[in-house]
Amino acid sequence: MTLSLFIIYKAVLVILVFLISLVIAMYSTYAERKVAAFMQDRIGPNRAGPFGLLQPVADGVKMFMKEEIIPQVSNKFLFILGPSVAMFTSCITGAVIPWGTSLHIAGHDFALQVTDINIGILYVMAVTSIGVYGIMIGGWASNNKYSLLGALRASSQMISYEVAMGLAIIALVMTTGTLSLKGIAAAQTGWHWNIVYQPLGFLIFIICAFAETNRTPFDLPESDSELIGGYHTEYSSMKLGFYLFAEYINMFISSAIMSTLYFGGYNMPFIGRLGLSPNTMAILGVVFLFAKIFFFIFFFMWVRWTIPRFRFDQLMNLGWKILIPLSIFNMAITGFIILVLHK
Amino acid sequence: MTVYLFIILGVFAILSALMVVFTKNPIHSILYLVLTFFAIAGEYVLLNAQFLAIVNIIVYAGAIMVLFLFVVMLLNLNKETEPHKSILRQLIAVIAAGILLIVLVGSLKGADTMTIKPFAQNTGYIENLGQVLFKDFLLPFEVSAILFLAAMVGAVMLGKKDIK
Repeated sequence: MTLSLFIIYKAVLVILVFLISLVIAMYSTYAERKVAAFMQDRIGPNRAGPFGLLQPVADGVKMFMKEEIIPQVSNKFLFILGPSVAMFTSCITGAVIPWGTSLHIAGHDFALQVTDINIGILYVMAVTSIGVYGIMIGGWASNNKYSLLGALRASSQMISYEVAMGLAIIALVMTTGTLSLKGIAAAQTGWHWNIVYQPLGFLIFIICAFAETNRTPFDLPESDSELIGGYHTEYSSMKLGFYLFAEYINMFISSAIMSTLYFGGYNMPFIGRLGLSPNTMAILGVVFLFAKIFFFIFFFMWVRWTIPRFRFDQLMNLGWKILIPLSIFNMAITGFIILVLHK
Repeated sequence: MTVYLFIILGVFAILSALMVVFTKNPIHSILYLVLTFFAIAGEYVLLNAQFLAIVNIIVYAGAIMVLFLFVVMLLNLNKETEPHKSILRQLIAVIAAGILLIVLVGSLKGADTMTIKPFAQNTGYIENLGQVLFKDFLLPFEVSAILFLAAMVGAVMLGKKDIK
């Protein structure tokens, strides 16, 4: 493959991943309101376009048109940096996710993954841990007590749940033997999905994913009934939009990570027996991955409109006294089973 | 190309490290320190040590600096509440830091006898790192693990409300 072709192919892939993340995040807001309406026996948005399908566009335009307010006593640079960091970190995780196998076009092999670094999972962990800066900087720069409380809650919550998440991933890495997301996805052909080998690890991981994305029941950083709006109280216009949008992109990305790590990624059982051509298989793989992702996004919404939020001390107790011991136990059991089976 | 990138990142790291000391606002200091860690992580990547780079970001930039930021935000430090430091204390601090610098320079001067091939393939890959840690340096590795455990137990003891 020549260099110019390589650059064009990677650029197209990057732009596609970026656009798909944005569009899915956009329509997640619509889906969230429709799911909420369904759960509460209402109709939901139905004015803009057929079935209210243009509602996200109308919301986006409204966000852009709103007056932009920057508090005088706040630090202007950090105030703008906050939502930028939040948006940036939620957009760059998509680079390591394997969206499918690879397409063979005109003698070239186009892998459907932007980059396969040999420490893919750790990259995801690093980006999640950087993501908290967006919330902390924004919350502090607002110079508002509610914002500061929201930022402090967000940081302590994310640090606490990162530990359990990391320990759950260690058990997963022990079973797969690689840190590369491509390797993990490729190893789960047929029925060998990691959920079969790591059910407890998956349970811990999904709880931590809810906490890391600040979704209900862990949305204490922005709990509107106690903190007005938490870290984004002082934000208006598209800066507020960026914070809300980053949350939906995070939801999409963490659904993709969960599907890739535990639910086989682009694999589907018995599909290999149909005898389809490799290119059709690759495209079908992308479809399967997105079906799994949409299921998880729906699951996020399902939980949000079903379960009330925790109290903050309950959240800390769950994180430190239940999830971390459980994940260490899971790690020990996994190590023991590997030792017994391999000797 | 790689060498130039390395030098640019190094200069960036030193500049942001200097800004950590020179800015008045403690929150800005912490953010500059985070930038320094990112620059150092970039240097690790250029030396083919992706694992060290990413762990540097996860542990230092992602966890420890967030805790620093957390504490400084809780303390609410600003110009009015800043304690006044006398000349004597400043002098003592300068001397102590100077002695630390001498110690660091002295220990690093003896270390340059080892031949390190920069920008070599596979040096910092996680497989090689694991081999080195669990074969050549197993005892120091385990001893430092026990040290960390002791520190953790100590922190939990300090954090307990009622010590009998």
